[in-house]
Amino acid sequence: MKWQAWLERIWPSLPILAALALTSLLLLAFGTSPAVAFGAILEGVFSTPDRMLTALAFWIPLLLAAVGLLLTFQAGLWNIGIEGQIILGALGASWVALTFNFPAPVQISLEVLAGMAGGALWAGIAALLKRWGVHEIFGGLALNNIAIILTNFLIAGPWQPPEGGSFRGTVPFHEDALLPLVGATRFSLFSLVLAAVAFGLVVLALRNSAWGLRLKALGRNPRSAFLLGVSSNREALLAMMFCGALAGLGGAVRVLSWFDSLRQSISGGIGYLALMVVILAAFRLYLTPFVALFFAAVLTGSIVLQLRTQLHSSLGAILTGVMVLFVLLFGDFGRVRRLFKPRGDDHV
Amino acid sequence: MRTELQDISKRFGSVQANEKISLTFEPGRIYGLLGENGAGKSTLMKILSGFQPADSGRILLDGKVQRFASPADALAAGVGMLYQEPLDLPPFTVLENYLLGQAGGLLVRSPQVANHLRELGSRYGFKVNPEETIRNLSLGERQQLEMLRLLSGGAQLLILDEPTTGISAEQKALLFSSMFHLAEKEGKTLILVSHKLDEVQELCSQVFVLRKGVLVGGAELPCPNSTLVNLMFEQLPPRRERTKLAPGAPALELKNAVVRTPRLDLTPTDLQIGSGEVFGLAGLEGSGQELLLKACAGLLPLAEGRRLLAESDVTRLGYHATSKQGVRYIAAGRLEEGLVSGLTLTEHLALVTEEPAFLVDWQANRQKTQERIKHYQVVGTPESTIEQLSGGNQQRFLFGLLPDSLKLILMEHPTRGLDLRSTDWIWQQLNERRQAGTAVLFISADLDEIIERSDRIAVFSAGRMSRVVDASRTNVDELGHLIGGQT
Repeated sequence: MKWQAWLERIWPSLPILAALALTSLLLLAFGTSPAVAFGAILEGVFSTPDRMLTALAFWIPLLLAAVGLLLTFQAGLWNIGIEGQIILGALGASWVALTFNFPAPVQISLEVLAGMAGGALWAGIAALLKRWGVHEIFGGLALNNIAIILTNFLIAGPWQPPEGGSFRGTVPFHEDALLPLVGATRFSLFSLVLAAVAFGLVVLALRNSAWGLRLKALGRNPRSAFLLGVSSNREALLAMMFCGALAGLGGAVRVLSWFDSLRQSISGGIGYLALMVVILAAFRLYLTPFVALFFAAVLTGSIVLQLRTQLHSSLGAILTGVMVLFVLLFGDFGRVRRLFKPRGDDHV
Repeated sequence: MRTELQDISKRFGSVQANEKISLTFEPGRIYGLLGENGAGKSTLMKILSGFQPADSGRILLDGKVQRFASPADALAAGVGMLYQEPLDLPPFTVLENYLLGQAGGLLVRSPQVANHLRELGSRYGFKVNPEETIRNLSLGERQQLEMLRLLSGGAQLLILDEPTTGISAEQKALLFSSMFHLAEKEGKTLILVSHKLDEVQELCSQVFVLRKGVLVGGAELPCPNSTLVNLMFEQLPPRRERTKLAPGAPALELKNAVVRTPRLDLTPTDLQIGSGEVFGLAGLEGSGQELLLKACAGLLPLAEGRRLLAESDVTRLGYHATSKQGVRYIAAGRLEEGLVSGLTLTEHLALVTEEPAFLVDWQANRQKTQERIKHYQVVGTPESTIEQLSGGNQQRFLFGLLPDSLKLILMEHPTRGLDLRSTDWIWQQLNERRQAGTAVLFISADLDEIIERSDRIAVFSAGRMSRVVDASRTNVDELGHLIGGQT
């Protein structure tokens, strides 16, 4: 059947269209024209170069986290703790920024390394907890909370600004500690280079390395993988720490370019967003950056939506969330075919 | 119920598993479905029982075209299949497991159902204790429960896939009498999938033979075994005489080895196997031979005693460290313990490469895989994923993954579920290894296999190893006594 093959090809885009349709209905229910709302989002992303660069600036930490998750998902691990790993990365970079005062190249290199170390440390703890019988989802969630509490403690305590009072952040870091930005935006070319290198490394690891193959075996059948000589504990720890380092790098980019200091909600849920990105991309390597870019565009574009209409900017979050749900429901064409298979006709 | 299969075809990747197979099954009869491994028997029966769809063709029950979306769907229409490994939930009680399979209302009426279950069982001579936990049951008992579940679910056609593998002689007799009862008294159709000719001769009134996915013929039974063998195999595999070897230096030694598990402890065991020796372990499943094998592989720690490989102490080495010493453990469940579904043959080979470089040379690995495929006569391509291969081909490829030089091969049920040709091939491989000085320690439930293939034999009973007997001077009778715990 020709139309079926054709349908199968365009199928992946259908959940996205369905999500747009459902969100449009929601908008109509609230008395807003979908054209105006989506127009506002588009305007929020594309109307000026600065707005485009803002979307890119939001994209980079999200991409770093999502790319790291590709590794842990390959190994069959649910790294929910990625949110905490981003926060720890931000804390590590902030510690260097607030403590030392080296020339910019040295300072920034140290901050980046400290951020990666912080994320890797947090991920490593989750991996060790898993070895001792705590599932990585529960360990990760607990560590996420601890990371948030730790941030609040540092902001309110040791890293409190001298004028006191504020519970919202540290003092802005000195000039040499921050990533150089493009114009008046929050976008840093240096972070783009870091993200590109990270993506390249993950592609290499997953496609061509013996380590990536071991992770794949582990993710599909841990028992067989073990019997074939894969050390599950070691590989799981490495996958988690690699992912944590990338997430930590994302956290460092957050404090050093998106913000200029450590803030209360430094990650703002980017870790959870990254999980949604990877799921929406169906765990596919080359799709992940584009889906992450789409998320970044919709979410940053939604800020203009709030200015143009009476709607809250969370519409963007609703739109992306609904899309992920539709993909989980209908993304797999084979599954859908089984759901709607006509009964009683004469094919077996 | 009259069952018809019309022009059933099914392809897995490059393998044509079934090709235009048409068969008719009448009520009140027991049919045999024979064929080598990979002949397409299981595929065909999984299609008939709703486990997987065919690519083309039709299933008719009493002349009505059917379309099964799931095994539950097929059962509702009257087709039930008993798998080699029963589909039950080990932590559940018998009653819970049974209730789960029932389409029920909101309220569960346990006492009534428990009684019903006991009655149903007694009709076929099965003793059912609804309160017992599934994991405490033997394979044969679980099989009986599964049969009851299918029958009470309305099965008119019952498919049994190698039902006598791994069950006791007593349970086998019970199974056979219940099969006769179902066919003769209740008018059900039964299909026995098997490669054991004796069973087929004893039970079935008609047999169909598949070869390479095609129906090559059938026969009314009884008929001479040679007729069936000629249908199953294009040519009979020549039986290779095994050469007698004098065992060499000790390859494996256990000294006062004790293994403790929650279910069973192994009493202090002494064992010495020479290089080039084939050592068989017999015993009812779960009598301790599996523990011994796992302990030798380093998968279970020794609670007491010592383990030596080629006279060096490896008592404390775990599985991976033991493997590095030239030991391989091959488990019975190939896709559960040994191979990874979803990985291609090339990926498997790259995975087992020792001391791999960081980057995999896919081109070279593909070529190496191609060589192994040829050498080990695997039906498949380097790009096939492992689950696309038939059981026999998976077993062949497992051998293809072994390194060239080994001190010791530990195998659970080397030929379980394999046909004559594959069985012969596996033992030919093991014999070649043996002549190169590899010691082989294996478990089998098949006493003939143990006597025929081993140099020496030990029998396990309730965690205790018997005296070691010489294979050339023992017989099934003696082993039977040892299995029963007599000495």
